[in-house]
Amino acid sequence: MARVTTVEDVTVIATESLSKRFPRVTALDRLSVDIGAGVTGLVGANGAGKSTLIKILLGLSPATEGRAEVLGHDVATEGAAIRERVGYMPEHDCLPPDVSATEFVVHMARMSGLPPTAARERTADTLRHVGLYEERYRPIGGYSTGMKQRVKLAQALVHDPQLVFLDEPTNGLDPVGRDEMLGLIRRVHSDFGISVLVTSHLLGELERTCDHVVVIDGGKLLRSSSTTDFTQTTTTLAVEVTDSDEHPDGTRAVRDALHARGVPTEDGTGLPGAGHVLLLTAQGEETYDLVRDVIADLGLGLVRMEQRRHHISEVFRNGEQHGDERDGQRKEAVGHGG
Amino acid sequence: MAVERPLPTPVTSTGDQTRIHNIGYRSYDGPRLGRAYARRSLYSQSLRGAYGLGRSAKSKVLPMLLFVVMCVPAAIMVAVAVATKAKDLPVDYTRYAIIMQAVISLYVASQAPQAVSRDLRFKTVPLYFSRPIETADYVRAKYAALASALFILTAAPLLVLYVGALLAKLDFADQTKGFAEGLVSVALLSLLFAGIGLVIAAVTPRRGFGIAAVIAVLVISYGAVSTLQAIADVQDSSGAIPWIGLFSPITLIDGVQSAFLGATSAAPGGVAPGTGAGIVHVLVVAGLVAAAYGLLLRRYRKVGL
Repeated sequence: MARVTTVEDVTVIATESLSKRFPRVTALDRLSVDIGAGVTGLVGANGAGKSTLIKILLGLSPATEGRAEVLGHDVATEGAAIRERVGYMPEHDCLPPDVSATEFVVHMARMSGLPPTAARERTADTLRHVGLYEERYRPIGGYSTGMKQRVKLAQALVHDPQLVFLDEPTNGLDPVGRDEMLGLIRRVHSDFGISVLVTSHLLGELERTCDHVVVIDGGKLLRSSSTTDFTQTTTTLAVEVTDSDEHPDGTRAVRDALHARGVPTEDGTGLPGAGHVLLLTAQGEETYDLVRDVIADLGLGLVRMEQRRHHISEVFRNGEQHGDERDGQRKEAVGHGG
Repeated sequence: MAVERPLPTPVTSTGDQTRIHNIGYRSYDGPRLGRAYARRSLYSQSLRGAYGLGRSAKSKVLPMLLFVVMCVPAAIMVAVAVATKAKDLPVDYTRYAIIMQAVISLYVASQAPQAVSRDLRFKTVPLYFSRPIETADYVRAKYAALASALFILTAAPLLVLYVGALLAKLDFADQTKGFAEGLVSVALLSLLFAGIGLVIAAVTPRRGFGIAAVIAVLVISYGAVSTLQAIADVQDSSGAIPWIGLFSPITLIDGVQSAFLGATSAAPGGVAPGTGAGIVHVLVVAGLVAAAYGLLLRRYRKVGL
């Protein structure tokens, strides 16, 4: 299929000094942003204007001023054309408990204009892709939160949109469910070729998933940048090892051994478990092998070896001149203002 | 089509497992049938739902039971008419719905909330409006579905009567005219009752409240109106009777059909409205139906996302 799946300069969403004012609140304040294909995170505290933006982009709520285009259609005049090729997963519960996932998603597929046979086929496919198998014939009322989130995602994808809006898809999920959902979102773009706009008030989880992050606060654009720009320039490895009788301070032993081989390390000051964590810069595959061999030679146990990207939050904090925060400390929520 | 590219370092142990589950994503290039189709789909889904079809076994019980209760008296009347070789049916086509109004009210009260409160309560409405259909499509589909369901409920016993009358070899022209008048009357009744029921039900996401409120409105208005009519009858001011009838749905329909559809009025004293009052009755019915539609549109414009 000829479909653009790479992150290139294809604009799927473009807003131009978009504002939305309610009698007492300004939800969006002259927001101008271009969003390309791929997975884009929309980050902001609660009340930052994320949901308002989605409503405007779906053509359901008129902007007070400014304009916006989705997939080349003007939101003010071509709402129906946009909604035909866009999927939407709301933040809140939206599933009737007394029907099965299959029945529900088939109905929603038909509401998107799919003929009956296609609706059934696409429903079976989509539910399988989001990871619902036998349980899809049971009433939704008996599902876990994670399964319900998958059904909500499925109804947004069933008509094979070009773009989906996912409003807080990880809300209410436990850490494992969160990771699974984020993986699924990644696949929506990488495997299905569907662009994604995903909102969250947690910055940390979006950096793993998104190609691009847009941060808004109080309806204003705080920052719009590609995640790869600043999180993948250096790959820092965090290594933590056990101690043994032979090497009472395992961390020091590893450090010395690595230094002997010409690999510089840093202490992970400020990280959880500081003093037991070594940070080093990975040059490539060899570095991983080297660390593994060194630790094996010393007879120590490897507790963890993980890629430690620079967190986006650090970057934003620098941008906002919050330099007093120590580097590397995890701070996930961006709600300074709210 | 997503092509699976081999990973740089293939994980052989899980390779088979992934292959079972991941057949690959297929995109959809078929037709997208748009708003009119979506509206029709919503209509048929809601109409089926009004009889519990496509829903749980439990939710089929009440509508089906009420349907049977509506038809059984008609079947008995027909059986009696055939057996006794009667010259006419014991009940007029236009009178049947008036007699069975309690059953009809119960049906509206149970199915109107089913049609709209569920979507409100489980917040499914935003999913509809994030698709090509718009507020008006949703309201029209729901209104048409409930009105059709009511028409099926009220027209089916008339059909039983008509078929029975023909079997009993009653006068064909006479019966056909009566049947046609009856159908027009129940069509009006269906539109009016569906509108009133939906407006009330759409206010609350709670199904129980919806049921109680619909019953209350239908029963209380009828009770009050028929009491006042009885008083007017006793006090020899029977001219007021048709005008009082404007204030409850069923007496409104009674007024319309006794003025224009050859029915005998079921009001105390059998006072039928004259042509002038009859036109007012028709206008009020039309006004109520339009108002119900307008209110529903307003209600759903607010619900949005």
